[in-house]
Amino acid sequence: MIDVNCFIGGYPFRELPHPDADVLVRVLAREGIAGAWVGHLPTAFHRDVTAGNEALFAALEPHRETLEPVPAIRSDWPRWEAALAAAHASGARAVRAYPSQWGMGAHDPNLARLAGACGEIGLPLVLTTRFEDVRQRSALDSSPDLSGAHIRAIARADARVRVVVTCAGRALIEESHWGLTPDERSRLSWDISWIWGPPEDDLAHLLQTIGADRFLFGSAWPLRLMQSPIANLELLPTGLRSLRLAEVP
Amino acid sequence: MAEEALAPLAGRTPLVDVHAHFYHPASGRADWQRVNAARLRAGERIGIRAHIASILGSWGHTSPTYFPSPDDLTAGNDAMLALQDAHPDRIRCYVSVNPNDAAHARDEIARCVGRGAVGIKLAASRRADDSLVDPIAEEAARRGLPVLHHIWQHRTREWPGQEISDGIDLGRLAVRHPRASFILAHIGGGGDWAHSCAAVKEISNIYLDLSGSGVDRGMLDLAYASVGASRLLWGCDITMETGLAKLRALEAVGLEEDELAEVRWRNAARIFPHNALPGIPTSGVAARRTDAHARVAK
Repeated sequence: MIDVNCFIGGYPFRELPHPDADVLVRVLAREGIAGAWVGHLPTAFHRDVTAGNEALFAALEPHRETLEPVPAIRSDWPRWEAALAAAHASGARAVRAYPSQWGMGAHDPNLARLAGACGEIGLPLVLTTRFEDVRQRSALDSSPDLSGAHIRAIARADARVRVVVTCAGRALIEESHWGLTPDERSRLSWDISWIWGPPEDDLAHLLQTIGADRFLFGSAWPLRLMQSPIANLELLPTGLRSLRLAEVP
Repeated sequence: MAEEALAPLAGRTPLVDVHAHFYHPASGRADWQRVNAARLRAGERIGIRAHIASILGSWGHTSPTYFPSPDDLTAGNDAMLALQDAHPDRIRCYVSVNPNDAAHARDEIARCVGRGAVGIKLAASRRADDSLVDPIAEEAARRGLPVLHHIWQHRTREWPGQEISDGIDLGRLAVRHPRASFILAHIGGGGDWAHSCAAVKEISNIYLDLSGSGVDRGMLDLAYASVGASRLLWGCDITMETGLAKLRALEAVGLEEDELAEVRWRNAARIFPHNALPGIPTSGVAARRTDAHARVAK
Protein backbone atom coordinates (compact mmCIF):
# COMPACT_ATOMS: atom_id res chain seq x y z
CA MET A 1 0.00 0.00 0.00
CA ILE A 2 1.26 3.48 -0.94
CA ASP A 3 0.44 6.65 0.99
CA VAL A 4 -0.45 9.23 -1.68
CA ASN A 5 -0.70 12.12 0.75
CA CYS A 6 2.54 12.86 2.56
CA PHE A 7 4.70 15.94 2.85
CA ILE A 8 8.03 16.98 4.15
CA GLY A 9 8.80 20.39 5.55
CA GLY A 10 7.30 22.74 8.07
CA TYR A 11 3.88 24.28 8.37
CA PRO A 12 3.52 28.04 8.83
CA PHE A 13 0.94 27.98 11.60
CA ARG A 14 2.17 25.42 14.11
CA GLU A 15 5.16 23.30 14.96
CA LEU A 16 5.24 19.87 13.35
CA PRO A 17 7.40 17.19 14.96
CA HIS A 18 10.17 16.01 12.65
CA PRO A 19 8.66 16.62 9.19
CA ASP A 20 11.71 15.10 7.55
CA ALA A 21 12.26 12.55 4.80
CA ASP A 22 14.27 10.12 6.90
CA VAL A 23 11.64 10.21 9.65
CA LEU A 24 8.91 9.59 7.08
CA VAL A 25 10.79 6.54 5.84
CA ARG A 26 10.92 5.18 9.40
CA VAL A 27 7.23 5.92 10.02
CA LEU A 28 6.22 4.17 6.80
CA ALA A 29 8.25 1.11 7.82
CA ARG A 30 6.76 1.13 11.32
CA GLU A 31 3.22 1.28 9.95
CA GLY A 32 3.80 -1.27 7.19
CA ILE A 33 3.26 1.14 4.30
CA ALA A 34 5.41 0.42 1.26
CA GLY A 35 6.04 3.97 0.10
CA ALA A 36 4.69 7.46 -0.26
CA TRP A 37 3.98 10.26 -2.69
CA VAL A 38 5.59 13.25 -1.07
CA GLY A 39 5.00 16.96 -1.50
CA HIS A 40 6.84 19.90 0.01
CA LEU A 41 4.52 21.46 2.56
CA PRO A 42 5.97 24.99 2.73
CA THR A 43 5.59 25.33 -1.03
CA ALA A 44 1.81 25.38 -0.71
CA PHE A 45 2.22 28.79 0.92
CA HIS A 46 4.90 30.16 -1.38
CA ARG A 47 4.11 32.38 -4.34
CA ASP A 48 6.94 31.02 -6.46
CA VAL A 49 7.13 27.24 -6.09
CA THR A 50 10.53 26.83 -7.75
CA ALA A 51 12.73 26.75 -4.67
CA GLY A 52 10.39 24.44 -2.81
CA ASN A 53 10.37 21.95 -5.64
CA GLU A 54 14.15 21.99 -5.77
CA ALA A 55 14.28 21.37 -2.02
CA LEU A 56 11.82 18.50 -2.39
CA PHE A 57 13.83 16.67 -5.04
CA ALA A 58 17.05 17.19 -3.07
CA ALA A 59 15.58 15.93 0.21
CA LEU A 60 14.05 12.84 -1.37
CA GLU A 61 17.07 11.91 -3.43
CA PRO A 62 18.52 9.47 -0.82
CA HIS A 63 15.10 7.82 -0.39
CA ARG A 64 13.76 7.55 -3.92
CA GLU A 65 13.03 3.84 -3.63
CA THR A 66 10.43 4.67 -0.98
CA LEU A 67 9.54 8.33 -1.42
CA GLU A 68 8.32 9.63 -4.77
CA PRO A 69 8.36 13.38 -5.35
CA VAL A 70 5.16 15.24 -6.07
CA PRO A 71 6.21 18.82 -6.83
CA ALA A 72 3.85 21.76 -7.06
CA ILE A 73 3.07 23.32 -10.43
CA ARG A 74 1.51 26.75 -10.39
CA SER A 75 -0.10 27.30 -13.75
CA ASP A 76 -0.57 31.05 -13.40
CA TRP A 77 3.19 31.53 -13.13
CA PRO A 78 5.49 32.36 -16.04
CA ARG A 79 7.16 29.33 -17.66
CA TRP A 80 5.06 26.84 -15.71
CA GLU A 81 4.99 24.54 -18.72
CA ALA A 82 8.77 24.29 -18.57
CA ALA A 83 8.60 23.61 -14.83
CA LEU A 84 6.12 20.80 -15.46
CA ALA A 85 8.30 19.28 -18.16
CA ALA A 86 11.34 19.48 -15.90
CA ALA A 87 9.48 17.86 -13.03
CA HIS A 88 8.34 15.08 -15.32
CA ALA A 89 11.85 14.56 -16.59
CA SER A 90 13.14 14.44 -13.01
CA GLY A 91 10.83 11.60 -12.13
CA ALA A 92 7.89 13.35 -10.49
CA ARG A 93 5.24 10.75 -9.67
CA ALA A 94 2.42 13.30 -9.83
CA VAL A 95 2.04 17.05 -9.42
CA ARG A 96 0.30 19.04 -6.72
CA ALA A 97 -1.74 22.21 -7.11
CA TYR A 98 -3.26 24.42 -4.41
CA PRO A 99 -6.04 26.50 -6.02
CA SER A 100 -7.36 27.82 -2.70
CA GLN A 101 -3.95 28.96 -1.48
CA TRP A 102 -3.19 30.52 -4.86
CA GLY A 103 -6.50 32.35 -5.12
CA MET A 104 -7.74 30.44 -8.15
CA GLY A 105 -11.48 30.10 -8.60
CA ALA A 106 -13.16 26.93 -9.75
CA HIS A 107 -13.28 28.03 -13.36
CA ASP A 108 -9.88 29.71 -13.56
CA PRO A 109 -8.62 28.83 -17.06
CA ASN A 110 -5.15 28.23 -15.65
CA LEU A 111 -6.48 25.23 -13.75
CA ALA A 112 -8.01 23.83 -16.90
CA ARG A 113 -4.69 24.31 -18.69
CA LEU A 114 -2.86 22.48 -15.90
CA ALA A 115 -5.36 19.63 -16.05
CA GLY A 116 -4.81 19.41 -19.78
CA ALA A 117 -1.04 19.41 -19.46
CA CYS A 118 -1.12 16.73 -16.77
CA GLY A 119 -3.43 14.63 -18.90
CA GLU A 120 -1.12 15.06 -21.86
CA ILE A 121 1.94 13.68 -20.07
CA GLY A 122 0.08 11.21 -17.89
CA LEU A 123 0.87 12.66 -14.47
CA PRO A 124 -1.89 12.55 -11.84
CA LEU A 125 -2.91 15.92 -10.42
CA VAL A 126 -3.12 15.96 -6.61
CA LEU A 127 -5.41 18.47 -4.89
CA THR A 128 -5.64 19.20 -1.16
CA THR A 129 -9.02 19.97 0.37
CA ARG A 130 -7.54 21.42 3.58
CA PHE A 131 -4.48 21.26 5.76
CA GLU A 132 -6.21 21.87 9.08
CA ASP A 133 -9.69 21.77 10.51
CA VAL A 134 -11.36 25.11 9.81
CA ARG A 135 -12.04 25.58 13.52
CA GLN A 136 -8.37 25.88 14.40
CA ARG A 137 -6.95 27.88 11.54
CA SER A 138 -4.78 30.89 12.11
CA ALA A 139 -6.34 34.25 11.33
CA LEU A 140 -3.65 34.55 8.67
CA ASP A 141 -4.83 31.33 7.01
CA SER A 142 -7.85 32.64 5.17
CA SER A 143 -7.87 30.11 2.33
CA PRO A 144 -11.17 28.30 2.06
CA ASP A 145 -11.46 24.54 1.69
CA LEU A 146 -11.26 23.26 -1.86
CA SER A 147 -14.76 23.24 -3.32
CA GLY A 148 -16.71 20.63 -5.20
CA ALA A 149 -16.95 23.12 -8.05
CA HIS A 150 -13.14 23.14 -8.32
CA ILE A 151 -12.99 19.37 -8.39
CA ARG A 152 -15.73 18.94 -10.95
CA ALA A 153 -14.30 21.64 -13.21
CA ILE A 154 -10.82 20.10 -13.16
CA ALA A 155 -12.14 16.59 -13.79
CA ARG A 156 -14.15 17.89 -16.75
CA ALA A 157 -11.32 19.98 -18.15
CA ASP A 158 -9.52 17.18 -19.93
CA ALA A 159 -10.61 13.67 -20.80
CA ARG A 160 -7.20 12.26 -19.89
CA VAL A 161 -6.45 13.93 -16.58
CA ARG A 162 -6.43 11.74 -13.47
CA VAL A 163 -7.17 13.64 -10.30
CA VAL A 164 -6.42 12.62 -6.71
CA VAL A 165 -8.20 14.67 -4.07
CA THR A 166 -6.84 14.46 -0.54
CA CYS A 167 -8.26 15.36 2.88
CA ALA A 168 -11.90 15.42 1.75
CA GLY A 169 -14.85 14.30 3.82
CA ARG A 170 -17.96 12.45 2.80
CA ALA A 171 -20.03 15.48 1.74
CA LEU A 172 -17.40 16.85 -0.66
CA ILE A 173 -16.71 13.40 -2.06
CA GLU A 174 -20.36 12.70 -2.74
CA GLU A 175 -21.19 16.06 -4.32
CA SER A 176 -18.17 15.76 -6.59
CA HIS A 177 -18.46 12.10 -7.52
CA TRP A 178 -22.18 12.10 -8.23
CA GLY A 179 -21.86 15.43 -10.03
CA LEU A 180 -19.71 13.89 -12.75
CA THR A 181 -20.36 11.51 -15.60
CA PRO A 182 -19.21 7.90 -15.23
CA ASP A 183 -16.19 8.66 -17.42
CA GLU A 184 -15.28 11.79 -15.47
CA ARG A 185 -15.62 10.11 -12.08
CA SER A 186 -13.55 7.14 -13.29
CA ARG A 187 -10.57 9.53 -13.40
CA LEU A 188 -11.16 10.90 -9.92
CA SER A 189 -9.74 9.25 -6.79
CA TRP A 190 -9.88 10.15 -3.12
CA ASP A 191 -7.55 9.53 -0.24
CA ILE A 192 -9.13 8.30 2.99
CA SER A 193 -7.23 10.54 5.41
CA TRP A 194 -10.20 12.68 6.44
CA ILE A 195 -13.15 10.29 6.05
CA TRP A 196 -14.89 9.38 9.28
CA GLY A 197 -15.07 5.81 10.47
CA PRO A 198 -17.40 4.33 13.08
CA PRO A 199 -19.92 4.96 14.44
CA GLU A 200 -21.02 7.19 11.52
CA ASP A 201 -19.21 4.79 9.19
CA ASP A 202 -18.74 7.29 6.37
CA LEU A 203 -15.85 5.29 4.94
CA ALA A 204 -17.89 2.11 4.91
CA HIS A 205 -20.76 3.96 3.24
CA LEU A 206 -18.54 5.41 0.54
CA LEU A 207 -16.80 2.13 -0.19
CA GLN A 208 -20.21 0.54 -0.69
CA THR A 209 -21.83 3.30 -2.73
CA ILE A 210 -18.96 4.74 -4.75
CA GLY A 211 -16.68 1.71 -4.74
CA ALA A 212 -13.31 0.85 -3.24
CA ASP A 213 -11.68 1.34 -6.63
CA ARG A 214 -12.04 5.10 -6.25
CA PHE A 215 -10.22 5.30 -2.90
CA LEU A 216 -6.52 5.42 -2.07
CA PHE A 217 -4.59 5.19 1.15
CA GLY A 218 -3.47 8.59 2.42
CA SER A 219 -2.62 10.09 5.78
CA ALA A 220 -1.67 13.79 5.44
CA TRP A 221 1.53 13.06 7.37
CA PRO A 222 3.25 15.04 8.95
CA LEU A 223 0.17 17.12 9.69
CA ARG A 224 -1.85 14.13 10.88
CA LEU A 225 -1.24 10.71 12.40
CA MET A 226 -0.55 7.98 9.88
CA GLN A 227 -2.18 5.58 12.35
CA SER A 228 -5.61 7.08 11.69
CA PRO A 229 -6.40 5.82 8.17
CA ILE A 230 -4.93 2.45 9.14
CA ALA A 231 -7.27 2.27 12.12
CA ASN A 232 -10.14 3.31 9.89
CA LEU A 233 -9.56 0.36 7.58
CA GLU A 234 -9.24 -2.01 10.52
CA LEU A 235 -12.55 -0.84 11.95
CA LEU A 236 -14.58 -1.38 8.79
CA PRO A 237 -17.61 -3.62 9.33
CA THR A 238 -16.77 -7.28 8.97
CA GLY A 239 -18.19 -7.63 5.48
CA LEU A 240 -16.05 -4.83 4.08
CA ARG A 241 -12.69 -5.73 5.57
CA SER A 242 -11.74 -7.84 2.59
CA LEU A 243 -12.12 -4.87 0.25
CA ARG A 244 -8.93 -3.50 -1.18
CA LEU A 245 -8.35 0.14 -1.91
CA ALA A 246 -7.33 1.08 -5.43
CA GLU A 247 -3.78 0.89 -6.73
CA VAL A 248 -2.20 4.27 -7.25
CA PRO A 249 -2.95 5.76 -10.68
CA MET B 1 -15.74 -13.77 11.68
CA ALA B 2 -17.61 -12.59 14.75
CA GLU B 3 -16.16 -9.50 16.42
CA GLU B 4 -15.67 -11.39 19.68
CA ALA B 5 -13.51 -13.99 17.93
CA LEU B 6 -10.92 -11.38 17.00
CA ALA B 7 -8.27 -10.11 19.38
CA PRO B 8 -9.00 -6.52 20.38
CA LEU B 9 -7.08 -4.10 18.18
CA ALA B 10 -6.01 -2.10 21.23
CA GLY B 11 -5.02 -5.14 23.25
CA ARG B 12 -6.58 -6.70 26.32
CA THR B 13 -5.52 -4.10 28.89
CA PRO B 14 -8.64 -2.39 30.29
CA LEU B 15 -9.82 0.52 28.19
CA VAL B 16 -12.39 3.20 29.10
CA ASP B 17 -13.92 5.62 26.62
CA VAL B 18 -14.79 8.65 28.76
CA HIS B 19 -16.46 10.53 25.91
CA ALA B 20 -19.09 8.58 24.00
CA HIS B 21 -22.53 9.42 22.67
CA PHE B 22 -25.62 7.49 21.71
CA TYR B 23 -28.85 8.35 19.93
CA HIS B 24 -32.51 7.56 20.55
CA PRO B 25 -35.81 7.61 18.66
CA ALA B 26 -36.38 11.33 19.32
CA SER B 27 -32.93 12.29 17.98
CA GLY B 28 -34.38 13.16 14.61
CA ARG B 29 -32.36 10.67 12.62
CA ALA B 30 -33.81 7.51 11.19
CA ASP B 31 -30.58 5.54 11.49
CA TRP B 32 -30.10 6.01 15.23
CA GLN B 33 -30.12 2.29 15.94
CA ARG B 34 -27.51 1.63 13.26
CA VAL B 35 -25.20 4.27 14.72
CA ASN B 36 -25.60 2.94 18.25
CA ALA B 37 -24.91 -0.57 17.06
CA ALA B 38 -21.86 0.64 15.12
CA ARG B 39 -20.41 2.17 18.28
CA LEU B 40 -20.77 -1.09 20.16
CA ARG B 41 -19.40 -3.08 17.22
CA ALA B 42 -16.33 -0.86 16.89
CA GLY B 43 -15.92 -0.75 20.65
CA GLU B 44 -15.80 -4.50 20.78
CA ARG B 45 -13.25 -4.58 17.96
CA ILE B 46 -11.07 -1.99 19.68
CA GLY B 47 -11.43 -3.57 23.12
CA ILE B 48 -13.38 -0.86 24.94
CA ARG B 49 -14.66 -2.19 28.25
CA ALA B 50 -16.68 0.84 29.25
CA HIS B 51 -18.37 3.45 27.07
CA ILE B 52 -19.21 6.38 29.36
CA ALA B 53 -21.76 8.21 27.28
CA SER B 54 -24.28 11.01 27.12
CA ILE B 55 -27.23 12.04 25.02
CA LEU B 56 -27.63 15.78 24.55
CA GLY B 57 -31.43 16.05 24.65
CA SER B 58 -32.93 15.56 21.22
CA TRP B 59 -29.67 16.33 19.39
CA GLY B 60 -31.25 19.44 17.94
CA HIS B 61 -34.44 17.82 16.73
CA THR B 62 -36.89 19.50 19.09
CA SER B 63 -34.56 21.88 20.97
CA PRO B 64 -30.98 22.91 20.18
CA THR B 65 -28.21 20.41 20.90
CA TYR B 66 -26.30 22.87 23.05
CA PHE B 67 -29.37 24.58 24.54
CA PRO B 68 -31.61 21.61 25.26
CA SER B 69 -34.99 22.05 26.89
CA PRO B 70 -35.75 20.38 30.23
CA ASP B 71 -38.15 17.94 28.60
CA ASP B 72 -35.60 16.96 25.97
CA LEU B 73 -32.89 16.55 28.58
CA THR B 74 -35.12 14.29 30.62
CA ALA B 75 -35.99 12.21 27.56
CA GLY B 76 -32.35 11.96 26.51
CA ASN B 77 -31.20 11.01 29.99
CA ASP B 78 -33.94 8.40 30.18
CA ALA B 79 -32.78 6.96 26.87
CA MET B 80 -29.19 6.94 28.09
CA LEU B 81 -30.17 5.19 31.32
CA ALA B 82 -32.11 2.64 29.31
CA LEU B 83 -29.01 1.93 27.25
CA GLN B 84 -27.02 1.49 30.44
CA ASP B 85 -29.66 -0.90 31.73
CA ALA B 86 -29.64 -2.81 28.44
CA HIS B 87 -25.83 -3.08 28.37
CA PRO B 88 -24.72 -3.11 32.01
CA ASP B 89 -21.52 -4.86 31.01
CA ARG B 90 -20.22 -1.98 28.87
CA ILE B 91 -22.24 1.26 29.01
CA ARG B 92 -22.30 3.90 31.71
CA CYS B 93 -24.22 7.16 31.70
CA TYR B 94 -23.52 10.85 32.20
CA VAL B 95 -26.51 12.90 33.24
CA SER B 96 -26.77 15.88 30.87
CA VAL B 97 -28.06 19.15 32.31
CA ASN B 98 -28.61 22.76 31.25
CA PRO B 99 -27.45 25.22 33.95
CA ASN B 100 -30.04 27.77 32.83
CA ASP B 101 -32.73 25.52 34.28
CA ALA B 102 -31.17 25.28 37.69
CA ALA B 103 -33.92 23.43 39.51
CA HIS B 104 -34.30 20.92 36.71
CA ALA B 105 -30.54 20.40 36.63
CA ARG B 106 -30.42 19.74 40.36
CA ASP B 107 -33.37 17.38 40.27
CA GLU B 108 -32.13 15.60 37.15
CA ILE B 109 -28.74 14.94 38.71
CA ALA B 110 -30.41 13.42 41.77
CA ARG B 111 -32.83 11.38 39.69
CA CYS B 112 -30.28 10.00 37.25
CA VAL B 113 -27.56 9.32 39.82
CA GLY B 114 -30.19 7.41 41.73
CA ARG B 115 -30.62 5.26 38.66
CA GLY B 116 -26.89 4.77 38.14
CA ALA B 117 -25.45 7.76 36.28
CA VAL B 118 -21.73 8.07 37.01
CA GLY B 119 -20.90 11.60 35.88
CA ILE B 120 -22.32 14.95 34.80
CA LYS B 121 -22.22 16.26 31.24
CA LEU B 122 -22.21 19.98 30.55
CA ALA B 123 -22.32 21.08 26.94
CA ALA B 124 -22.48 24.74 25.93
CA SER B 125 -25.65 26.19 27.40
CA ARG B 126 -23.78 28.54 29.69
CA ARG B 127 -20.13 29.53 29.80
CA ALA B 128 -18.12 27.33 32.17
CA ASP B 129 -17.13 30.15 34.50
CA ASP B 130 -20.69 31.47 34.86
CA SER B 131 -22.01 31.45 38.43
CA LEU B 132 -24.96 29.33 37.30
CA VAL B 133 -22.54 26.44 36.87
CA ASP B 134 -21.35 26.66 40.48
CA PRO B 135 -24.25 24.70 42.05
CA ILE B 136 -23.66 21.90 39.55
CA ALA B 137 -19.94 21.81 40.32
CA GLU B 138 -20.73 21.79 44.05
CA GLU B 139 -23.10 18.89 43.53
CA ALA B 140 -20.47 17.05 41.50
CA ALA B 141 -17.91 17.47 44.27
CA ARG B 142 -20.39 16.44 46.95
CA ARG B 143 -21.37 13.30 45.09
CA GLY B 144 -17.88 12.46 43.80
CA LEU B 145 -18.91 12.70 40.15
CA PRO B 146 -16.62 14.04 37.43
CA VAL B 147 -17.93 16.77 35.13
CA LEU B 148 -17.32 16.30 31.41
CA HIS B 149 -17.42 19.81 29.95
CA HIS B 150 -17.74 20.45 26.21
CA ILE B 151 -14.88 22.73 25.18
CA TRP B 152 -13.86 24.67 22.10
CA GLN B 153 -10.09 24.68 22.12
CA HIS B 154 -9.39 28.43 22.16
CA ARG B 155 -12.52 30.52 21.81
CA THR B 156 -11.50 33.37 19.54
CA ARG B 157 -15.04 34.51 18.89
CA GLU B 158 -18.62 33.51 19.50
CA TRP B 159 -19.90 30.62 17.40
CA PRO B 160 -23.54 30.11 16.48
CA GLY B 161 -25.60 27.53 18.27
CA GLN B 162 -23.57 27.35 21.44
CA GLU B 163 -22.31 29.46 24.32
CA ILE B 164 -18.93 27.95 24.00
CA SER B 165 -16.25 27.65 26.68
CA ASP B 166 -12.54 27.15 26.34
CA GLY B 167 -9.78 25.95 28.64
CA ILE B 168 -9.44 29.30 30.38
CA ASP B 169 -13.16 29.41 31.17
CA LEU B 170 -13.10 25.87 32.52
CA GLY B 171 -9.98 26.68 34.49
CA ARG B 172 -11.79 29.44 36.37
CA LEU B 173 -14.54 27.01 37.33
CA ALA B 174 -12.09 24.31 38.36
CA VAL B 175 -10.12 26.68 40.58
CA ARG B 176 -13.35 27.64 42.34
CA HIS B 177 -14.19 23.96 42.93
CA PRO B 178 -10.95 22.17 43.78
CA ARG B 179 -12.77 19.15 45.22
CA ALA B 180 -14.42 18.36 41.90
CA SER B 181 -12.78 16.67 38.91
CA PHE B 182 -13.34 18.23 35.49
CA ILE B 183 -12.80 16.60 32.13
CA LEU B 184 -11.88 19.08 29.40
CA ALA B 185 -13.65 17.56 26.43
CA HIS B 186 -12.07 16.44 23.20
CA ILE B 187 -8.78 18.22 22.67
CA GLY B 188 -9.03 16.83 19.12
CA GLY B 189 -12.56 18.14 18.75
CA GLY B 190 -11.90 21.47 17.13
CA GLY B 191 -9.94 24.59 17.89
CA ASP B 192 -6.40 25.15 19.02
CA TRP B 193 -5.44 22.33 21.35
CA ALA B 194 -2.15 24.02 22.19
CA HIS B 195 -4.13 26.80 23.84
CA SER B 196 -5.99 24.33 26.05
CA CYS B 197 -2.80 22.56 27.08
CA ALA B 198 -1.33 25.85 28.21
CA ALA B 199 -4.54 27.05 29.86
CA VAL B 200 -4.95 24.10 32.22
CA LYS B 201 -1.37 22.98 32.73
CA GLU B 202 -1.25 24.06 36.37
CA ILE B 203 -4.87 23.24 37.27
CA SER B 204 -4.58 19.78 38.69
CA ASN B 205 -8.29 18.92 38.88
CA ILE B 206 -8.71 19.27 35.11
CA TYR B 207 -8.12 16.18 32.99
CA LEU B 208 -7.65 16.31 29.22
CA ASP B 209 -9.86 13.99 27.20
CA LEU B 210 -8.02 12.98 24.02
CA SER B 211 -11.13 12.39 21.93
CA GLY B 212 -12.28 14.15 18.77
CA SER B 213 -11.84 13.73 15.06
CA GLY B 214 -8.60 15.71 15.04
CA VAL B 215 -5.43 13.64 14.78
CA ASP B 216 -2.88 16.44 14.49
CA ARG B 217 0.67 15.29 14.98
CA GLY B 218 2.14 17.10 17.94
CA MET B 219 -1.13 17.25 19.86
CA LEU B 220 -0.53 14.18 22.00
CA ASP B 221 3.10 15.10 22.55
CA LEU B 222 2.11 18.50 23.88
CA ALA B 223 -0.76 17.19 26.01
CA TYR B 224 1.55 14.65 27.63
CA ALA B 225 4.28 17.23 28.16
CA SER B 226 1.80 19.70 29.62
CA VAL B 227 -0.15 17.64 32.14
CA GLY B 228 1.53 14.23 32.25
CA ALA B 229 -0.03 10.81 31.84
CA SER B 230 -1.87 11.08 35.16
CA ARG B 231 -4.18 13.76 33.75
CA LEU B 232 -4.94 12.30 30.33
CA LEU B 233 -8.11 10.33 29.65
CA TRP B 234 -8.72 8.28 26.54
CA GLY B 235 -11.91 8.74 24.56
CA CYS B 236 -13.39 8.72 21.08
CA ASP B 237 -16.38 11.08 20.88
CA ILE B 238 -17.92 10.69 17.41
CA THR B 239 -14.96 9.17 15.55
CA MET B 240 -13.64 5.91 16.91
CA GLU B 241 -10.89 5.33 14.38
CA THR B 242 -9.17 8.47 15.63
CA GLY B 243 -9.39 7.10 19.16
CA LEU B 244 -7.66 3.89 18.17
CA ALA B 245 -5.04 5.85 16.23
CA LYS B 246 -4.28 8.03 19.24
CA LEU B 247 -3.82 5.00 21.48
CA ARG B 248 -1.20 3.70 19.09
CA ALA B 249 0.36 7.11 18.72
CA LEU B 250 0.78 7.43 22.49
CA GLU B 251 3.14 4.50 22.29
CA ALA B 252 5.05 6.22 19.52
CA VAL B 253 5.19 9.39 21.62
CA GLY B 254 7.02 7.32 24.19
CA LEU B 255 4.64 6.61 27.06
CA GLU B 256 5.70 3.68 29.19
CA GLU B 257 3.35 0.77 29.76
CA ASP B 258 2.37 2.03 33.19
CA GLU B 259 1.64 5.48 31.81
CA LEU B 260 -0.47 3.99 29.04
CA ALA B 261 -2.49 2.16 31.68
CA GLU B 262 -3.10 5.48 33.39
CA VAL B 263 -4.52 6.94 30.20
CA ARG B 264 -6.43 3.83 29.18
CA TRP B 265 -8.29 3.22 32.44
CA ARG B 266 -6.62 4.04 35.75
CA ASN B 267 -7.25 7.77 35.67
CA ALA B 268 -10.90 7.09 34.85
CA ALA B 269 -11.17 4.56 37.65
CA ARG B 270 -9.78 7.21 39.95
CA ILE B 271 -12.16 10.06 39.14
CA PHE B 272 -15.41 8.16 38.55
CA PRO B 273 -17.26 6.72 41.56
CA HIS B 274 -15.72 3.65 43.10
CA ASN B 275 -16.67 0.42 41.31
CA ALA B 276 -18.76 2.38 38.82
CA LEU B 277 -17.15 1.17 35.61
CA PRO B 278 -17.84 -2.29 34.21
CA GLY B 279 -14.85 -4.54 33.77
CA ILE B 280 -12.49 -2.01 35.29
CA PRO B 281 -10.42 -3.09 38.26
CA THR B 282 -10.45 -0.80 41.27
CA SER B 283 -7.70 -2.32 43.36
CA GLY B 284 -4.68 -0.08 43.43
CA VAL B 285 -6.56 2.98 42.29
CA ALA B 286 -9.07 3.40 45.08
CA ALA B 287 -6.62 4.98 47.46
CA ARG B 288 -5.67 7.49 44.81
CA ARG B 289 -9.22 8.13 43.73
CA THR B 290 -9.69 11.10 46.00
CA ASP B 291 -6.67 12.97 44.75
CA ALA B 292 -8.75 16.12 44.42
CA HIS B 293 -9.68 15.88 48.09
CA ALA B 294 -6.06 15.31 49.02
CA ARG B 295 -5.01 18.36 47.08
CA VAL B 296 -7.44 20.49 49.03
CA ALA B 297 -6.20 19.13 52.34
CA LYS B 298 -2.58 20.08 51.61
